[in-house]
Amino acid sequence: MSDMTANNPATPARVETPFQRFRAEFFESKIATLALAIFVIIVLLAVFAPWITPQNPYDLAQVTVMDGRLPPGSESIDGYTMWLGSDGSGRDLYSAILYGLRISLTVGLASGVIALLIGMVIGLVAAYAGGRIEAIIMRIVDLQLSFPASLVALMMVAALGKGVDKIILALVIAQWAYYARTVRATALVERSKEYVEAAQCLGISRARIVFRHILPNCMAPLIVVGTVQTASAISLEATLSFLGVGLPQTEPSIGVLIANGFEYMLSGRYWISVFPGLALLLTVVSINLVGDHMRDVLNPRLKK
Amino acid sequence: MTVFVIRRMLQALLVVFLMSVIVFFGVNIVGDPVYMLVSPDADQADIEAAIRRLGLDRPILEQYWLFLKGAAQGDLGDSFIFGEPALKLILHHMPATMELAFSALILAIVIGIPLGLYAGLYPDSRISKGIMAVSIFGFSLPTFWVGLMLIMLFAVELRWVPATGRGDLGSFLGIQSSLFTLDGLSHIFLPALNLALLKISLAIRLTRAGVREAMGQDYVKYARAKGLATRRIILVHVMKNIMIPVVTVMGLEFGSLIGFSVVTETIFAWPGMGKLLIDAILQLDRPVVVAYLMIIVLFFVLINLVVDILYSILDPRVRLQDQGA
Repeated sequence: MSDMTANNPATPARVETPFQRFRAEFFESKIATLALAIFVIIVLLAVFAPWITPQNPYDLAQVTVMDGRLPPGSESIDGYTMWLGSDGSGRDLYSAILYGLRISLTVGLASGVIALLIGMVIGLVAAYAGGRIEAIIMRIVDLQLSFPASLVALMMVAALGKGVDKIILALVIAQWAYYARTVRATALVERSKEYVEAAQCLGISRARIVFRHILPNCMAPLIVVGTVQTASAISLEATLSFLGVGLPQTEPSIGVLIANGFEYMLSGRYWISVFPGLALLLTVVSINLVGDHMRDVLNPRLKK
Repeated sequence: MTVFVIRRMLQALLVVFLMSVIVFFGVNIVGDPVYMLVSPDADQADIEAAIRRLGLDRPILEQYWLFLKGAAQGDLGDSFIFGEPALKLILHHMPATMELAFSALILAIVIGIPLGLYAGLYPDSRISKGIMAVSIFGFSLPTFWVGLMLIMLFAVELRWVPATGRGDLGSFLGIQSSLFTLDGLSHIFLPALNLALLKISLAIRLTRAGVREAMGQDYVKYARAKGLATRRIILVHVMKNIMIPVVTVMGLEFGSLIGFSVVTETIFAWPGMGKLLIDAILQLDRPVVVAYLMIIVLFFVLINLVVDILYSILDPRVRLQDQGA
């Protein structure tokens, strides 16, 4: 309430849309702005990788074992500088990291979006159907949430095997329940509000009320959960690939790169694992910081 | 009450059964383990003999039925690789995992709660902000990456502690553990810290939130008005109230510590059951994979069952709600 009284007398004429207000509040935090900038840069680097790297690390014609295990700053046989060094089979690490980010981000975003859509629909159905259907769905959700997501994902890859599609499926199965729980909780609150009653009085169909009226009001918490879960999907994929049960060597995500460098670590060739690790770290931490701050901005209870 | 407990136990049984279906059929569809087991120059007759020996020539439903029959008698099948009962293999590796998870839990409580208490009492101080920043990192950093960094810093650069293995085992009250020898302790330090990191962050956040909430409560104001020393208010009155939820949550996290130990054990070559699982997945040693997953499922279902029953004793509303649904 104090928020309104503080804003209204000063700007009575201009009406801010919720999105504008959100944007203004979001950029108030320097850390969150920086994190968002870093994430955007990472995505751009990954997207434009083929045009900004000196070699395609998976084109065998461009890679030679002669360049293997060079420390950062060495010059390759083809004459360019390997700023981050090279790995055991002579790939330029800078190039390998950008190509690896493409795979890691694709897997993370794809599983995040698919899990969000599936969880959203299931959560909405539970909230709007009520009764027995809701009880059954929520029992399954609770049951799944009693296992850590990492364990569910591990079980799934143990059952499904390696490969991009299988990892995405495993991550979706591990994460849909988080979205379903969030959507159902928000939708239950929204359902009891007057605008829904008004819509019902107008004779609008159930499906239309759920998707056009209730769903848009559930988007804020859904997006927050989405960012955090996507970061955790990226991190989970890297973990599984590091353990050797995630992506195969032919799909070298960041996790695979770190795993390849692990054997060289004890002999002091730190860069093969450390630089891909830093890339993973920047990605995951920047997404988490953005998500964390979005939650603070979108949560009315935390407003002063 | 009895009805509630029986219902919950039946549900738990149903979950275990469903998971056995998912795990068994899932694991047994992937890959062909026979080619990992016979020598590369084996002829067709050898391969067929191996298939028959492992029981892989039977229809999958019959394999599942045999598995269920065995499981009911405590036999989860023999490992393809070691030829020993899978259950025995896992039980043999379990103490190492338990001691790692237990040490991590202790570390999380001993480090996390005091830091959380400080951050909750002085939320605006620089140190508190530092603690909270570290806890955000603890949540977002992948465990395996932190493990690598710990190895690099403490084992490769500083050479303070060894990077891999379990070290010498000591015996105390008939229990063999690394915790009873100096060499063992130096081996367990890094993996336990690595495994504890996430839980330290969790303990910091829970304690901080609890302290901040408690400090505004009437009983704290009243204790102040009565003239009690701040020290006593915090250590006796506040701590008593926040410790219950914090310790409950941390206890519940024990299960996830065992789950997460898969990662830590692989990095630090800790000979526990998590490392056994990863090796088994890579070698397509199906009986061990299935047995491990079933034991973990059973473990989690049991923890949840116990918590549910305890809660229903403490809070009758839980029971009533369940009957209504």
